[in-house]
Amino acid sequence: MKWDFASVFDNTDALLVGAVGTLRIFAICLVLGLSLGLAVGLGRDARSRWLYIPATVFVEFFRNTPVLVQILWFYFALPILLPFSISPLTSASLGISLNSAAFSAEIFRGGIQSIERGQWDGARAMGMRWSQAMRRIILPQALKRMLPALTNRAIEIFKMSTLASAVAYVELLQQGKLIASLNYNPIEAYTAVAVIFFVILWPLVQFSYFMERRLRRDE
Amino acid sequence: MTLLSVKGLTKRFGANDVLRGVDLEVKQGERIAILGASGSGKSTLLRCLNFMEMPDAGTVTLDGKLVGRRESELTQVRQRVGMVFQQFNLFPHMTAIGNVMEGLRTVRRMPKAEAQVRAGRELARVGLAEKAETYPAHLSGGQKQRVAIARALAMDPEMLLFDEPTSALDPELVGEVLTVIRALAEEGRTMLLVTHELGFAYHFATRVIFLVDGAIHEQGSPDEILKTPKKERTRAFLASHMQFSL
Repeated sequence: MKWDFASVFDNTDALLVGAVGTLRIFAICLVLGLSLGLAVGLGRDARSRWLYIPATVFVEFFRNTPVLVQILWFYFALPILLPFSISPLTSASLGISLNSAAFSAEIFRGGIQSIERGQWDGARAMGMRWSQAMRRIILPQALKRMLPALTNRAIEIFKMSTLASAVAYVELLQQGKLIASLNYNPIEAYTAVAVIFFVILWPLVQFSYFMERRLRRDE
Repeated sequence: MTLLSVKGLTKRFGANDVLRGVDLEVKQGERIAILGASGSGKSTLLRCLNFMEMPDAGTVTLDGKLVGRRESELTQVRQRVGMVFQQFNLFPHMTAIGNVMEGLRTVRRMPKAEAQVRAGRELARVGLAEKAETYPAHLSGGQKQRVAIARALAMDPEMLLFDEPTSALDPELVGEVLTVIRALAEEGRTMLLVTHELGFAYHFATRVIFLVDGAIHEQGSPDEILKTPKKERTRAFLASHMQFSL
């Protein structure tokens, strides 16, 4: 068996298009997943049942169903119920974002609850509203504790983006499949895809270590 | 002139009646020391005055105005009634001056430069000007508590509440905090202090209140309460506290 990457290099353009597609869905799902996760996490922490119950239902539903099923459901089932069709990008983004929101909500809730009561006391005693205390005092400290877990979430989101290929969204794996089937070179094509994922993800993870160290400067 | 007046203050935690109808009037410039055994409700009383705890019943009137329960009213009251805690509750992710500026910036919306000057002045007042850029993790307990006092003072409160401010400190650090509190007393500030330091209470207070089981058992001048108490419970409390004094 001889490895021959020439057929992969011939398709650099296609892989670049795929990488752009992967980065686009990653960016969308990271922002949507984490911000919705924060909102749901706050709901899980709330005393009001009107916030707590919907947030809990959301978390349990999306944590306990496979992302791939969600993506396929949004792509194939939802358009039957709704009067418009849904693009591959939209259905994949919805599935990955909602699933990530459910998991990161639990990270946010745990992070927020881990902050000592005294910090709330200190913030409220100077006249801060709940939202001010949360934004200025509680979240910054919680974020520091949550960063390793949130980094894991981000890595997961990045890798889950390959599931979008199930609805033919143009991303790295989809392009790899295409190259493999046109050139009969699955070994080289999928190896290339794996290497590209690693090359993009590894620096991101290093950056998060750097941020963790930076956030520890107050210790 | 009455600054703060409390009527029928009641607070219950579960089946436990912590405050049973406390009435209290605080006049401008008064310094009140609140004494009592642990569990007598002294911290809860203090925390109800600025609504860190919600009273179950009773009224709090500040400057002649009844305080309601809306968040905007509560945040107003807390700006006017500052609080210093046993555990300091400094914000560990901010420097000393960052802690003191925080209320000015976030609550008062003061421009940064102005807040910095103001916060620097408060830090200097508690003798910590040179620690402005230090994070709380690198301060001693006494220094932390002095930063916390500067933080409360920065909001220009009309009244200060001290909740056992020296109880979490090593004995050799108690003095520096009490010195700062005494300096505030000399300025004529209105203050309420929950403490176990009877000696300090004697010299600091214009009035001493002794709490038993969530109610005021006896009150009067420091001499009346600490030297010639009339009630048996007060005498027993003082005796147990003085047992090992020189």
